[in-house]
Amino acid sequence: MPDFRKRIGLSSRNPGKGRLGPSFWLPLTWILFLVISAVGAHIWNLPEPDDMDPLNSSAPPGCVREARVGKEVSGSASGPPFHVLGTDTMGRDMASRLIFGARISLSVGLLAPAVGLLLGGTLGIMAGFYRGRLGTAIMIVMDTIFAFPGLVLILVVAYSLGVTPTNLVIALGILTAPAFSRIARANTMAYAAQDFVLAARTLGSSDGRILCREILPNIVSPLFAFGLMLVAIMIVVEGALGFLGLGVPPPTPSWGGMIAEGREVLDDAPHVSMIPSLVMFMTVLSFNLIANGLKRVSGIRRYAP
Amino acid sequence: MRYFVRRLIHLAVVVFAVTTLTFFMLNLLPGDAAYHTVSEEASPQDVEAIREELGLDRNVFVRYVRLLKDTVCGDLGTSSRSREPVMQTLMACLPVTAELLILSQIIALSLAVPLGILCASKAETILDTLLSSAAFAMISVPSFVMAIVLIYCFALKLGWFPATGYVPLSEGFLPNIKSFVLPSLSIALAEWVTLMRVLRADMIITLHQDYILAAKAKGVQPGSVLFKHALRPSSLTLITVLGINVGHLMGGALIVETIYALPGIARLMVKSILARDVAMVQGCVLFITVGCVLINFLIDMAYSIIDPRIRRRRPIA
Repeated sequence: MPDFRKRIGLSSRNPGKGRLGPSFWLPLTWILFLVISAVGAHIWNLPEPDDMDPLNSSAPPGCVREARVGKEVSGSASGPPFHVLGTDTMGRDMASRLIFGARISLSVGLLAPAVGLLLGGTLGIMAGFYRGRLGTAIMIVMDTIFAFPGLVLILVVAYSLGVTPTNLVIALGILTAPAFSRIARANTMAYAAQDFVLAARTLGSSDGRILCREILPNIVSPLFAFGLMLVAIMIVVEGALGFLGLGVPPPTPSWGGMIAEGREVLDDAPHVSMIPSLVMFMTVLSFNLIANGLKRVSGIRRYAP
Repeated sequence: MRYFVRRLIHLAVVVFAVTTLTFFMLNLLPGDAAYHTVSEEASPQDVEAIREELGLDRNVFVRYVRLLKDTVCGDLGTSSRSREPVMQTLMACLPVTAELLILSQIIALSLAVPLGILCASKAETILDTLLSSAAFAMISVPSFVMAIVLIYCFALKLGWFPATGYVPLSEGFLPNIKSFVLPSLSIALAEWVTLMRVLRADMIITLHQDYILAAKAKGVQPGSVLFKHALRPSSLTLITVLGINVGHLMGGALIVETIYALPGIARLMVKSILARDVAMVQGCVLFITVGCVLINFLIDMAYSIIDPRIRRRRPIA
């Protein structure tokens, strides 16, 4: 039913299939820009993210820097002579805080799904390949985590362990593991029944070899596609925690925290909230567009967790 | 009936697991609730007294068994912050969260259903592409960003709605609704896209069924075909997603209640966490979990109303 497939949008872009348009390259450029800025944050000549300029609190973008409090002498303070994106309520440079905040957002956004992928993927492959008691036991544990309200788990971890980027990555990683394990298990089960696995077994391959050489290459792409979708979600979750004051504690800059701080001056100086909001929106949209583009090209359909 | 019993057991298991897990996470980890309860200059004797009052001087397992017993009896303990029964505080917060969630779902559905039907009936046209792209951009707006933008536009610049604060229903229906418009919109605008996409996909499949063709051949009006013949069988996935999203919604409620200063359960939980109020956190976790499971249970019931064929099938074990 080619027409039917077209109608539900599965292969509607047949002529352009396999090609990635600007809706893929533009977001990728933005993400690369963010990554390079964040990684090289110490190399660029930026003001320190916790340097305060009390005469210029909530100043609009482009204002001239005046006092330099925080570091010892004014002469040693680094950075350009004006605030490119203005300052926040405490007179700290917004551009610098955004770039340092990107470190937290991006590392949580990228590492948490990676942890989930490794953990859930491995367990899911095991559960799909050894479908006896081991498989059942793994899936029971995974289903229990799945049933647990995720937010509650994050908040309880925040409460009891305190929030560090590492804790956050581990907690979010564990939360995403069940979804990965389901995808891995379903795909492993499908491929384990295929003839080429039987052929490998007939040739005397060990279980380990079959898993790594025959099954793993086949199930990597759906797992990665799902992981990419999660990156955007994880960035939002990290932002939300920061916004609630349950994220990485201040003075470490985080996007969510910056948006929350700007609420107090929303009426007079909307840029304090709006600039980080915009950056966050663009980043989340970019990851969504990239995931969408790759999904379309590789012909992978959406996997619901 | 058997199905009902199974769901009840499921509920009990989840509640038990969640209670156990939160209890041990809250209690076995470093940090002593007694120190957070007393004031700065309290003497060690005062701390001891509080520990005794909260029952913290006893063994963890003794406390755990007592907690289970009390929970079964409906006693969730006393808040260490306000010294009020946890149950009472939660009951006071429940209507706020419930109203917020119900209103947001109404808004989300009233956006998603007409637009989903529109997109499905005009699938692959410019209108569909435009709407889908707009929806795609909208799904990338985190709810707290949406809330900030809404407050800025509608409360600070236009002044149509209050920026924050909660007006109880007792002070009149209109002020009450007004204080809920922006919060519900913040949740709904992040929510409706998923619903619309699901409905659109299902609707397109339904519109290719023979009975739709038959209805059209009979000369039924196009609008009537869409709403009366196609909508109901297409809404199964929509309902499922509504259920799955409940947990997600609580996350949205958490942020929205904090921003708009609504005294709901989610905000209570954040405040209790920041104040290290163990009993209250435990109570909130229990309430939210039971709520999620119950709503999903109701949605399972709704399936058989929407699609009577499901009732005849035996439930899959």
